[in-house]
Amino acid sequence: MPIADSIIKKLQGAFITQVIMLAGLLFAAVITAATMGYIAIPASDVLKVIASALTGDTQMLAGVDELFPVVVLDVRLPRILAATLVGSGLAMSGAVFQGILLNPLADPYTLGVSAGAAFGASVAILLNLGFLGTYSIPLFAFCGAVATLFFVIYLSASGEGLSSNNLILSGIIVAAILSAGISFLKYLADEQVGVIIFWLMGSFGSKTWIDVGLAFAFVVFGFMVCVFFARDLNLMSLGTRTAASLGVDTRKVPLILLVTASLVAGVCVSISGIIGFVGLLVPHMVRFITGPDNRRLIPVSLLVGAILLLTADTITRAVLPAEIPIGVLTALIGGPFFCYIFRKRQKVMRSD
Amino acid sequence: MAYDVSNVSFFYGDKKILDDVSLVLPPGKFYGIVGPNGCGKTTLLDLLMRHKAPARGQILLNGKELSRFPKKSLSRQTALVPQNFYINFPYTTAEIVMMGRYPHMPRFAAPSEEDHRIVKAVMEKTDVAQFEHRFVTALSGGERQRVVFARALAQGTPVLLLDEASSNLDINHTLRLLGLAAEGVGKSGKTVIAVLQDINLAALYCDHLIFMKNGGIVEQGNIEAVLKPETINAVFNVTAKVSFDPFSNRKQVVFRKEAPSEMPGMSTGRGRD
Repeated sequence: MPIADSIIKKLQGAFITQVIMLAGLLFAAVITAATMGYIAIPASDVLKVIASALTGDTQMLAGVDELFPVVVLDVRLPRILAATLVGSGLAMSGAVFQGILLNPLADPYTLGVSAGAAFGASVAILLNLGFLGTYSIPLFAFCGAVATLFFVIYLSASGEGLSSNNLILSGIIVAAILSAGISFLKYLADEQVGVIIFWLMGSFGSKTWIDVGLAFAFVVFGFMVCVFFARDLNLMSLGTRTAASLGVDTRKVPLILLVTASLVAGVCVSISGIIGFVGLLVPHMVRFITGPDNRRLIPVSLLVGAILLLTADTITRAVLPAEIPIGVLTALIGGPFFCYIFRKRQKVMRSD
Repeated sequence: MAYDVSNVSFFYGDKKILDDVSLVLPPGKFYGIVGPNGCGKTTLLDLLMRHKAPARGQILLNGKELSRFPKKSLSRQTALVPQNFYINFPYTTAEIVMMGRYPHMPRFAAPSEEDHRIVKAVMEKTDVAQFEHRFVTALSGGERQRVVFARALAQGTPVLLLDEASSNLDINHTLRLLGLAAEGVGKSGKTVIAVLQDINLAALYCDHLIFMKNGGIVEQGNIEAVLKPETINAVFNVTAKVSFDPFSNRKQVVFRKEAPSEMPGMSTGRGRD
């Protein structure tokens, strides 16, 4: 009896343990990050401030510096939660993109979502569109991302449905055209060029609860869709024909997942600017722990992405003497790390 | 009737791949489809599993229009062993074989005792149990093909479609896996429809042969009746000798060297195969 059984049970047991441990770690990271910054706030005071805000009980704030609630609730938490949600959203959509495109090197930006968002944001900045206040840039970024996505899907659609090669190629072509467009906008921008460059490098500075609410809504919705189709995504890795013979709707499922993952990525980009490597790297690392089964990979990637991006943002916000744009930091840490695991994998494959 | 195909045509763009094909396939038999490359064999399988829809004509499965089956219930009727199998993610052998059970499991359920029992039994029969915990990405092409075969058997369907499923297996595993398929036909009344390149393997296992050429059926029927030099010549443009072979207790076909310059050109190359 079932050696396979016991191992699978052990793995599933391990999965629950992994999720609980990572969720605990994420909570600890959020609290720790809230204590750090220009003013150091004790963890106990952070917890008191959060608890009183959640329960509405002001008695809990007795003995807490009256500045602390403002710092924690209005300044730090929106930024911390925005970084957490964007990290989880990017990691989750990275896992989904890799699954659909059958390519472990795909990321949420493969279909040109980031280039579309960057183009939208650049247009908003250049034309100085302020009719929606601070939200015109994210709104334009989001529209750019969505328009690019649908154009890429339109380009690659054939009678046979969506092929991953077509999607990747169309994504690359469209992204190349858009980057040329962005360069041209920068050239036209004069003194605004700094704003565009700064936006492109990503930042969680001055995020509000509205950003947090938006990111939360999209990440939760995206997570539910992705987990619902996670099993079909496993079957898609066997190839379209086999997946179809196992009951997967091979026209509908990839389209739903691509659009969902791209919307999540689009919202993330429009909130934070372009943050690379999280969506590529996190699912890669997580696959070592959970294996490729998307039913485990997607939830664990979500948590790991949140923890990593929050850590990176806290480092640039509170540890480094001067703030480095978060997109630059993730690329500087993530890039070499990716080279390392990629190289290691080549060596393992050769000795096999 | 397992399948009742009437007047089916299929096109890729303007190219006619299948031209007015009609077939009646009663259950409980091992069917072989043979024909030159590009004659529409694989497309016919795609239509039978509803991966593609016919442009004209209709296909009934157990008396019911194929397009009226919900996807999931169809995946409990037919399983496919494809010719090529390429995978980029490191699933273990056991995980891949378990995927054959997905159509029988609710979306969020863990595999039942029975699912585990079936997977284990199938892995032993197909000789892949020895690498059940290894990653399929690290297996050889032939080993991987056996895993795919095991996955299709685990699906436990009354109809099994084989698309040149044994083309990269050694002779031992070819005989073992086709034997397993034939056993299902003999013991449990299953139906196997196999696209085969090797006409002698077809002669060994099939009860009924379907000869295809240029998107149409040239000849079909009981193997004793249709496996003749004239049919082979009409379909493949080669001369062959067909004789009863007492060792295999079946008809077998032998060929002789032919000078390519003297062989008549073949008018194939329609669409893909």
